[in-house]
Amino acid sequence: MLNQEFKVPASLTKTSWVLIALGVIGLIYGVSGMMGGDDLAKTQFWATIMHNSIFYLLISVASIFILTATSLAQGAWIVAFRRIPEAIAANVWVFAIIVGVLLLSFVWTNNTHIYSWLDPNFNPKDNPLNGLKNFFLSKGFFTFWTVAVLLLWSLFGIKMRQLSIRQDSEPKGSTKTYWKNFNVSAGFALVFALSLASTIPWLWIMSIDSHWFSTMFSWYNFASSFVSGMSMIMLWILFLKRKGYMGHVLEEHVHDVGKFMFAFSIFWTYLWFSQYMLIWYANIPEETVYFQIRQNGPYKFFYYLNFILNFVAPILILMPRPNKRNYFVVSLVAIIIIFGHWIDFFQMIMPGTVQEHWEKPLVMGLLITCGFAGLLMQLVSRTLTKAPLTPQNHPFLKETIIHIS
Amino acid sequence: MSVKKFAVATYNDEAVLFPAVKKVRGAGYKIHDVYTPFAVHGLDVALGEKESDLHIAGFIYGITGTCTALGFMGWIFTTDWPQNFGGKPHFPLPAFIPIVFELTVLFAAVGMVLTFCYLNQIMPGVKKHIFNPRQTDDKFVMAIEVDDTTEADTIAFLKGTGAEETNVQIAESEWWYGRWDKKEDYEIQQQIA
Repeated sequence: MLNQEFKVPASLTKTSWVLIALGVIGLIYGVSGMMGGDDLAKTQFWATIMHNSIFYLLISVASIFILTATSLAQGAWIVAFRRIPEAIAANVWVFAIIVGVLLLSFVWTNNTHIYSWLDPNFNPKDNPLNGLKNFFLSKGFFTFWTVAVLLLWSLFGIKMRQLSIRQDSEPKGSTKTYWKNFNVSAGFALVFALSLASTIPWLWIMSIDSHWFSTMFSWYNFASSFVSGMSMIMLWILFLKRKGYMGHVLEEHVHDVGKFMFAFSIFWTYLWFSQYMLIWYANIPEETVYFQIRQNGPYKFFYYLNFILNFVAPILILMPRPNKRNYFVVSLVAIIIIFGHWIDFFQMIMPGTVQEHWEKPLVMGLLITCGFAGLLMQLVSRTLTKAPLTPQNHPFLKETIIHIS
Repeated sequence: MSVKKFAVATYNDEAVLFPAVKKVRGAGYKIHDVYTPFAVHGLDVALGEKESDLHIAGFIYGITGTCTALGFMGWIFTTDWPQNFGGKPHFPLPAFIPIVFELTVLFAAVGMVLTFCYLNQIMPGVKKHIFNPRQTDDKFVMAIEVDDTTEADTIAFLKGTGAEETNVQIAESEWWYGRWDKKEDYEIQQQIA
């Protein structure tokens, strides 16, 4: 009845190879700029790679999070297209390896000028939290926690897909694997709370500006990665529907994902604004310096573009109900959101590393991001071919097919 | 005030109600209303109701709240009584945002509640005829307006759609303000009969 066997369409393969080729061109451009270049050229290259690899890792991890959240809440609506976030989650390990190798080489080779706390002349006594922060921003802790978290994310991502596939061959009505998945999800919720929702953005991104700190920074990063992760899932759903798969995923399911995109765009704005307003109101020089370069300095354009792409566009376009059910409109907004949050990460990472020299990282980054997108398309589409597109024998299967949003 | 005659069918389950609604509409009967103990998803679509405009009203109320908050605070702090708070500008937009947000929500919420009450013709003290007391408990009730010529035919059709109970009621179709008065109801029925 339904087409459950996914075959990678030729157009997807072709597009992804073109994108990967663009990424390779970006890499060659970056490496050639770095060869014989000064420290600035080197920093520009490494900061760009870091920006893109962290961005793709975090939006992939968002897929594990949505699986966890819906499993724990026993939500049925996601079961219809559960295989898509599962396929993304099962490929988190690829991006984890890229990010792990990159960050550890930054920390241990110590000549990339990304993290100022690695500088031997850096004086930790300058900052008011020097005891604790010295431990947090040490080579040992950074290595230990980065490796541990990347390992846990990769394993949980693979495990969730394994459990889901195991359920396919179980007898109808069996809930053993379902409860196993529930327990694994509870474990991941804890891991997630201690990693992406708190320490990891502090460690990887906020420590670029090592004197500046904001408790809200991690939540703000979580919102950013989650809303772009949901947008990515939306694009996969619409692509598969267009190719004639996922016939049981209706407007109702698309509407629900659209609600997530809408709601979490507002949630992101809430955190973005709260972080800004407290610092603006307190007006303490060591805190406002972070926004000086972004709001009034060379990043002014990106600062306001960020706000328009990630708040004004989604809230105005997605507010009416029919728009959340219109496949063209939601895919357009999904692309706007993903690009907007790419810009968001850009303006988080670049000012602290390359200061006002953002032109080269932007061009290089736009090419390299194509490469990463192509890689992701290859990986996810190959994983999708390996199992039926609907979880068989899932206890919520009927409920998800008759779902009305 | 207008008293009308209704054919009333009571169903046991929403799984019976849905096909019944489809059959009744397919046969060309005009459903007065359906009463359910809980919100049945998709019933509005099955009944062919057009989408509510309540959210458009909500958007307008929200924008009104935004403008009220910004305009009022802006007028106070720039024109009416300018003060210097810690060297901040006289129109400190970031500091106003939380209040602007709260007023937007307040206007939208209160306005939408009142509009909802108006659209559904409900208010404290307003009474409406209840076709079956168990429609708020566990029964699903469908009412169809009939006259003397269509009455028997409609009841027969409703029986065929799986209704567990059918009857004809003469009732006030609009709301009224006052008391539940069974005697008055009885008198109306007597007058019509």
